[in-house]
Amino acid sequence: MTTLLDVSGLSAGYGAFQALFGVDLRVDEGETVAVIGANGAGKSTLLRTLAGLVPATGGTVRFAGGDLLAVPAHRRVAEGIALVPEGRRLFASLTAEENLLVGAHSRRAGPWTVARVLGVLPLIEPLLGRPADVLSGGERQAVAIGRALMSNPRLMLWDEASLGLAPVVVRRLYEALPGVIEGGTTVLIVEQDISQALAVSDRVVCLLEGRVSLVGAPAALDREAITAAYFGRVTGAPELRP
Amino acid sequence: MSWANAAVQGVLLGGLFALFATGLSLSFGVMRFVNLAHGDLAILGAYLAVSTTSALDVNPFVSLLVVVPVMAAGGYVLQRLVFDRTMGPDPLPAILVTFGLGVVIQNALLERYSADSRGLDAGSIETRSIRLTDGIAVGWLPLLTLATAVAVLVALQGMLSWTRSGRAFRATADDPDTARLMGIDDRSVHGRVMAISFATVALAGVFLGVRGTFGPAEGPAVLLFGFEAVVIGGLGSLWGTLVGGIVLGLAQALGNQVDVRYDLLSGVLYGHLLFLVVLAFRPQGLFGRRERA
Repeated sequence: MTTLLDVSGLSAGYGAFQALFGVDLRVDEGETVAVIGANGAGKSTLLRTLAGLVPATGGTVRFAGGDLLAVPAHRRVAEGIALVPEGRRLFASLTAEENLLVGAHSRRAGPWTVARVLGVLPLIEPLLGRPADVLSGGERQAVAIGRALMSNPRLMLWDEASLGLAPVVVRRLYEALPGVIEGGTTVLIVEQDISQALAVSDRVVCLLEGRVSLVGAPAALDREAITAAYFGRVTGAPELRP
Repeated sequence: MSWANAAVQGVLLGGLFALFATGLSLSFGVMRFVNLAHGDLAILGAYLAVSTTSALDVNPFVSLLVVVPVMAAGGYVLQRLVFDRTMGPDPLPAILVTFGLGVVIQNALLERYSADSRGLDAGSIETRSIRLTDGIAVGWLPLLTLATAVAVLVALQGMLSWTRSGRAFRATADDPDTARLMGIDDRSVHGRVMAISFATVALAGVFLGVRGTFGPAEGPAVLLFGFEAVVIGGLGSLWGTLVGGIVLGLAQALGNQVDVRYDLLSGVLYGHLLFLVVLAFRPQGLFGRRERA
């Protein structure tokens, strides 16, 4: 499998506060990788750094063979990276349809159109004419995913996929995932719900206090190892290293 | 002058105020940028038309073909090189820098053109009018000014609503960080918005120069009328800007009718009073939306 994203020794933070300490991560083309970890572990910072919203202070990121850190945030979408941000962050004064169309601003070639997005996320269809600021949390998340797909990304970064959403809504959103992958998009998900992350991903990466504490395929990871990596050293469990 | 005629003249005057206010409304709506040099830029546009008409021996309206692109290019460059550096959560740097720019423009105009009042000669259109009834006549120039204001605002609203660039402008206005994630270069958007703002204020400046006389120090008065139109209409709303300009023009014209004993400036006072009333009872303006907590 071709390596799409190769993160090596990535450090990043907010001013004097460092949130990531030498993170290593590899995502292959066509994979779905879930990043898990407790609050403050650095999951969202990792995705925001990859999207260019947080400056990296060290390390390298190769995306499709190129140096991603040299590319400004507004050009990364043209390189094929799209972020579904935490909190959805739809453009409130635009309708749902206009939000989708803004997603295609970079005019990157690919299979995703409004019709195809509606095909994988049918719950958006009746919302198209509505202003984004009147949509529910689940509807906003669906539009935010659709907006990201409209940029025809090679890699979709999906931050806090199920945060604040009812389980039934989360299930409907995850039902779109096979259609997304079929469209040629690789997915890197930040997910706090561990069982959900294990269910949908090919590989899981756990962050603990800004460092990678565990990497593996869901089937190869046992509950104790995940617990230890998620919360840190646990009595009776060995300290885990990637 | 009858009340009906005063009302008609007020509406027509509102066209000029709306033109002054269009750039202010757009730059505030997209960038939350308050440009205190806006009035001085209108006067600068009028003086550029003076130089262009004299150098090329053309009508002031033909000089717009030179003045508007030059001002638009100046706006883009100023935004990218100067204004962008002042933008952020604190509005004070932008206010100070544009205040300083206004002072620089006033003094540069004084140095180059002297303090003498100037005017732009557009020929017979300045005095020709359409007689509607015995007491009401509509001047061609005020009518052209209002029509231009409406056309500019309709075109801008159409651009914002229906084009890719317009959606990028509105997305940047909502959330510049997320707009960047869509591949929108927010600094380029800001530059283009300022170019449009400068272009519209140059247009307004030339109409001002054709309508009457102007001097290097008249920018702040123009800024005041522009701000009043924007606030009355509602911050960031283009339709509101048009209505705000017309309402301000009506207040001034009808104020003159009320206070005919004094001088023509009494109408300006009524415009200011209306502005204060709107600010007190509907601070979001006639078409503005109240900010959510």
